[in-house]
Amino acid sequence: MAVKRFPIEAGHVMTFARAIGDNNPAYFDGAATNEGEDRIIMSPPTFVEASAHFDPDYLLRPKIGEDWFGSGETPTGKSSSKKDQRGSDKYSNGLHAEQRYIYHKNLRVGDVLSAITRPGKTWEKVGKRGGKLTFSELITEYRDQNNELVITATMVGVSTERAATSKEE
Amino acid sequence: MPLKLSNLKIGDSFSEQICKNLSRTQIVQYAGASGDFNPIHHDQLYTEQIAGYPSVFAHGMLTMGMTGKMLTNRVGVGRLTSFGVRFTAQVFPGATLTATATVSNIRQENGMDIVDLNVSTVDEEGIQVISGNASAILDP
Repeated sequence: MAVKRFPIEAGHVMTFARAIGDNNPAYFDGAATNEGEDRIIMSPPTFVEASAHFDPDYLLRPKIGEDWFGSGETPTGKSSSKKDQRGSDKYSNGLHAEQRYIYHKNLRVGDVLSAITRPGKTWEKVGKRGGKLTFSELITEYRDQNNELVITATMVGVSTERAATSKEE
Repeated sequence: MPLKLSNLKIGDSFSEQICKNLSRTQIVQYAGASGDFNPIHHDQLYTEQIAGYPSVFAHGMLTMGMTGKMLTNRVGVGRLTSFGVRFTAQVFPGATLTATATVSNIRQENGMDIVDLNVSTVDEEGIQVISGNASAILDP
């Protein structure tokens, strides 16, 4: 992932805070401040995940004019009247195993981030439910408009040989 | 309000119910806000018939985000220096989740007082869905 420009906007922070059920006034436009202080709107600790909106190549967002692998007329998104050779389940065997953040600076509305992702470690395990599990790290550095490091995020993804779920047992 | 060093000791613990009867709509709300539109989180037809799961389920990052709410409610906004989790079980619609942070260490780093916390989020059956840790800056 490479995100050239991720502006931290008040409306986006508000909708994200609502989505995680967080009504802390620090995240809203009417953020409480002491008299005479500038109003500063902060962002929730996991907000940088929303940089996906600003990644032009992000795979898990329908793209205008392109086919989507979720359901439409059929469960796969394929039209029943056409032969479509796309691998429609190509993303469904990947799950999010771990996520870690190191916070170097506070992220505030008005900041403009850029992000570069590099691969980290890869390893394998045999799981109880999903057969062979392959884990891989992606490390993303988010820098602000002054090129200062704000957040380092490490995502560990796991791909399974078949669907793994705890509710089946 | 930020946590104060003077009010804290190892073993102290804080809990908060972070969601009750998780709705599919909240999962959709998170998809829209985060930009992660993977159908396994909202598209029942695809999830059951193609991906092979019994139901749509919450983004791990929604559960982590809600767990982060418990942390910032206790340590204060802008106080975290690190936050990391493992997703130990999937969270399905209807879940009621409770997040807990337990003080594992209090230390100094770069002249600041820091609290280390073990973090755990469980569902209504006591199944752990998140296991992790966090560190935060304390007030004197």
